[in-house]
Amino acid sequence: MRIIALVLVLLCGGLLIAGTVEFAPWGSPHARQQVYLSPYFIEHSMEDTSVPNIVTAVLADYRGYDTMYETAVIFTAGMACFFLLRCLKRMEPQERVYRHLVTGMVLHVKKPSVPKPPEGLFEEIDPLWTPYDIIIKTLGRFLIPPIQVFGLYVIAHGHHSPGGGFQGGVILGASVILLALCYDLRSEVERLRESLSGICSAAGVFIYAGVGALCLALGSNFLDYSALAPILRVDPVAARSLGIFFVEVGVGLAVMATMVAIYNNLASAGLYDQGL
Amino acid sequence: MDQLMAVIAGKYNYWVYITLMMIGLYGMIAKNNLVKKIIGMSIFQTAIILFYVSLGFKHGATIPILRHGHGATQAAVRAVDYINPLPHVLMLTAIVVGVGTLGVALALAILIYKRYQTLEEDEILEKTLEE
Repeated sequence: MRIIALVLVLLCGGLLIAGTVEFAPWGSPHARQQVYLSPYFIEHSMEDTSVPNIVTAVLADYRGYDTMYETAVIFTAGMACFFLLRCLKRMEPQERVYRHLVTGMVLHVKKPSVPKPPEGLFEEIDPLWTPYDIIIKTLGRFLIPPIQVFGLYVIAHGHHSPGGGFQGGVILGASVILLALCYDLRSEVERLRESLSGICSAAGVFIYAGVGALCLALGSNFLDYSALAPILRVDPVAARSLGIFFVEVGVGLAVMATMVAIYNNLASAGLYDQGL
Repeated sequence: MDQLMAVIAGKYNYWVYITLMMIGLYGMIAKNNLVKKIIGMSIFQTAIILFYVSLGFKHGATIPILRHGHGATQAAVRAVDYINPLPHVLMLTAIVVGVGTLGVALALAILIYKRYQTLEEDEILEKTLEE
């Protein structure tokens, strides 16, 4: 099997390397991929959309359909993880574990007949739970707010600097995952509930498609943002810039919520308990 | 000799990406463990992303963000001054979709482990034949 694989891979690689003979030298400005279509984007994106970051302009305006379905793919991946892994029915555990909040002592209750200890003094924890480290917890507390502000900046400033919905959404999602790593999964889910992250990822796709449908309703093509000009009271070029911003917000929302949902489902194998 | 050096200097980065891609492909075909196969898939995706970003490069060009400012006169934008934005756009979405496929693949691996208590492909095949 390994020898067959090696022969196959070498053959395939050899063919691909033979194919590069046709390529123009690396970095040549006259190569085929540099003279077709992309010069139009570079030379006209500013007058068409007034967005200096050409990547953002192409992503959300010229190739708007592609990005919309890409967002739908992300949403579908999150849904697939949910449906594959999520266990909504919990098995009754063999023993219940309670932690005394003041002293940190842990009670193991093996008989089901023993009642719950008082709510304010004890909290129920999972058997896999490990006490979190004070250094990691404090560092997380310092790091997470700046990361989230930076994520919002990257989404909002994607027109003028490297950034946009996908990047900012991933940064926001990473900050939430950092919270889950520093504390535990349950305290993360308390702050961003499962239903909320599900609604956010659906809302992101809905915002994108909704902006497109609004353009359609105003008598223009789907995702042709210049149709929004009468509503926003700006000229059509500025309306395209603002339309790009709206869909980027939708993309950011969907990506953030989906990253968090995928992490939660994978890290706890669908149980959403306190362990990693 | 100079011609050969020019070919190597103009193409070697593509060859590196092809090598990386083939490492990923070999991992997907030959490895027995499902997680290693998934990692092979990730390496393959990364090689494609590097290849595309490399295609967009132009000598003497800068990143595809136009210079602008308040009151700055818009001189005519020349395409040779900015690298190709199109590969960046395509790969931006490909990276995020890569994360999505990785997530779904790992979810399936978790389910397979729950069902068969193993991630080795031959052991899974043995267990399915027994049933």
